[in-house]
Amino acid sequence: MPDHTPAVPPSERPIRVVSASPTLGQRLQQIWDHRELLSYLIRSEIKVKYKSSVLGIAWSMVNPAMVLAIYFLVFQVFMKNGVPNYVFMLGAGLVVWNFFSLTVNTATSVIVNQAGIVKKVAFPREILVLATLGTSLVYLFIQFGVLIALMAILGHAPAWGMLWLLPLAVVALVVLTSAIGILLSAVNVYMRDTKHFVEIGIQLWFWLTPIVYSFQQKLSPMLHRHGITWIFFLNPVTPIVMAFQRVLYAQPVVTSTVAPHGTFAELPTWSSLTYLGLLGGVIALSIAGLLGAISVFGRLEGNFAEEL
Amino acid sequence: MTFVVRADSVSKNFRLHSERHRSFKDKLLRPGQGVTTDFTALADVSFEISSGETVGILGRNGSGKSTLLKCICGVLRPTSGQVLVRGSLAGLLELGAGFQPELSGRDNVYLSASMLGMSTKSVDAIFDDIVGFAELEQFIDTPVKFYSSGMYVRLGFSVAVSVEPEILVVDEVLAVGDERFQAKCMDRIRQFQRDGRTILLVSHNADQVRTLCDRTLVLDRSQLAFDGPAADGVRVFRERLMGASPVAGAAATRSAGTIDAVSMPSGRFVATTGEKWEMSVAVTANEPIEGHFVMELHNERGELMVRSDWEVAPVSLSPGSHVIHVDSPSMSLLDGAYQVSVGIVSDFGSQALVWREQAAVLEVTYRGRGAGIIQLAPRVRVS
Repeated sequence: MPDHTPAVPPSERPIRVVSASPTLGQRLQQIWDHRELLSYLIRSEIKVKYKSSVLGIAWSMVNPAMVLAIYFLVFQVFMKNGVPNYVFMLGAGLVVWNFFSLTVNTATSVIVNQAGIVKKVAFPREILVLATLGTSLVYLFIQFGVLIALMAILGHAPAWGMLWLLPLAVVALVVLTSAIGILLSAVNVYMRDTKHFVEIGIQLWFWLTPIVYSFQQKLSPMLHRHGITWIFFLNPVTPIVMAFQRVLYAQPVVTSTVAPHGTFAELPTWSSLTYLGLLGGVIALSIAGLLGAISVFGRLEGNFAEEL
Repeated sequence: MTFVVRADSVSKNFRLHSERHRSFKDKLLRPGQGVTTDFTALADVSFEISSGETVGILGRNGSGKSTLLKCICGVLRPTSGQVLVRGSLAGLLELGAGFQPELSGRDNVYLSASMLGMSTKSVDAIFDDIVGFAELEQFIDTPVKFYSSGMYVRLGFSVAVSVEPEILVVDEVLAVGDERFQAKCMDRIRQFQRDGRTILLVSHNADQVRTLCDRTLVLDRSQLAFDGPAADGVRVFRERLMGASPVAGAAATRSAGTIDAVSMPSGRFVATTGEKWEMSVAVTANEPIEGHFVMELHNERGELMVRSDWEVAPVSLSPGSHVIHVDSPSMSLLDGAYQVSVGIVSDFGSQALVWREQAAVLEVTYRGRGAGIIQLAPRVRVS
C-alpha cells in the first residue's frame, strides 16, 4: 500500500477495557459503534439466502402466502366464520406474527450457528442477533408492501385516522422481539434444548394471540363475564397485532357474510388513545426487558467462546 | 512510557465438562451431577506493553498463549483481572474468520474489514490495495467457497493488515501462502514496526521470534515465566520448557541433564574461516541419555545461521559427568560474532533432552577477500 499513515500517538488514543463485567452503557456504546457491521451482516444474509435461486427474494413471500391461504381456507371457507374481507384481518396479524416467530426462532440459535465467528473475532455478539432481526424486518416490509398492494387492488381502505399507530406498533414489535431474541440466544449457548422449547413455545403462543380468531368476537365476552379481560393482555404481542388489525382491517363492527347476516364486533371499538396506551405500555416494558436482556447477555457472553 | 496493552493480574478459568451435560432433562433429573472441574488457563498474568514494541509470546501447547491473546482481543473475557487496550486493535486469531463462503471476495473484504472495525469509506479507499496485496484481482468477484485455501488466507491476511491497526495481534498465522508471499507478509510486519505500531505475536518458531521481536513473554503452565529481551526469552523457553514433556505435570520441567560449560582448547572462543576448529562440551547427565548432539549458531540479529545435522552425531551418556569433544575440519562462516547454542536431542530430533541456549559467543575471523555469509572455497582448474 502506497502511503502508510503513522500510528496515532498512544496518549491520545481511547482506552478499551476487557474486564470481567463491562457496564450496560459500555455495551450499548459498543453496539452503536458496530452499526456498519450490522448493515453488512443483514445485507450478506439476504444475499446468501436467495443466491442462486431463480425467484430470489420472491421466495420470502411464498411461505407466508401459503400460510395465509391455508388459514383462509380453513376458517373462512370450511368453518364459515362469516368475517367479511377476512383476508385482511388475517394478513394484518400474520405480518406481525411472521416477523416475531421467524426472528425468535432464528435468533435463538444464531450464536451457536455462528460459532466460527464468535470464537475468533471480537465484536459485541448482540450484533448477530440484531442482524437476524434486521433481516426479518426486511421481510416484514416486503410482506407489508404486498398486503398494501392487495388492499389497493381490492379497494379495501385502512383506518386513515389511526395510521400513525402503525410505526408505533412496529417500534413496539422490534424492541420486544430483540429483547426476547437476545435473551434466548445467550441461554441457548448453555442449554441447547432452549431452541426446541422455543420452537414449541412459539406454536403455542401463536394460538394465544388473536390472529386467526377475533379477540372481540370470541374471547372478550367470555373473559369479560369473569372480569379477567386483562389476562389476555399479559401477552405483549396481542396489543401489537390488534393495532395492526385495527388500522388495516379498519372496521370494528361488521355484517356477517353467512346467514342470518347479523352484525357483530370483530374488533374492539376503542379510541386510538386506548391503543396508544397499550402500545406505550408494551414499548416501556420491552425497553426495560431489552436492557435486562443485554445485561444478562453481557454476563453470559464472557464464556461463549469456550462453550461453543 | 505510556502503555498500549496492560494486563492487570489476568486469570482465566475454564470449566471442563467431564461429560457433555447441558440439557434441561439432565439438569432436572440429576442436579449437581455432571461433574465439572475448573482448569486454570491463565493465572495472575500481569505485564505492560509500550507503544511500538514487538512482543513475542512463547510457550508450549496448552501454556495459555492463545487464551492470553483471546483475552487481549476481547474474544474471551478474563475470569478476574482486566486487560486495558489503548487504541485500535486487530486480532488475527484465524485468517479469513468470518468470511461468508457464498459471498464474493469483494463482499467478504467489506464484511471482514467492518468486523475488524473499519468503516466502508476507508475500505473503499484502499480496496484495490487489499486485492493487489492478496494477488486476487482476477478472482475478486468469485464466491470465496471456490477459493483455494491459499487464496483464502491470503485475502484474510491482506484485509487484516490493511486495517492498519495501532496494535496487531497475530496468532501463528505468518506461515501464509508460498515463500514469496510469506516474504511479503514479513515485509509488511516490518513496515508495521517502522510505523511505530505495536505487534503481539504468538509463534512456535523461536527463530522467528528472535529475529522479529524486541521482547518476549514466556508462558509456562498458565503463568508468566519470563518477561524480557527476545534472545533471553528464547533461551528461557528452550532451556526450561522445550526439554520437558508437553504434558503439564509434576516432573515436567526436570531435565535429563545440564550443560555445564563449553570451551575451546585455546581458552578463547575463536575460530578462523576455513580452518579446523574444535570445542569441548561438559555435560552432567542425571539419567542415561541416548540422543544426538546438535549445535546452532545465531548471528547478532538473532537469525539462525546454521544448525548442525543431529542424525550424524549420536551420543550415549551414562549418569555422571562427561565431556563431548566436537571438531570440524573447516569453519565455513565468514567473520562475525555468533551465539553458540548446544544440546542433545532425542532420537528423531523432536525433543531437546539437554539444551543450553547461548552457551558462548564465537568470534570468527576471516582472512580472505570473499563476502557474504559463508566461505565458498571454489577450486579452479583449467583444462
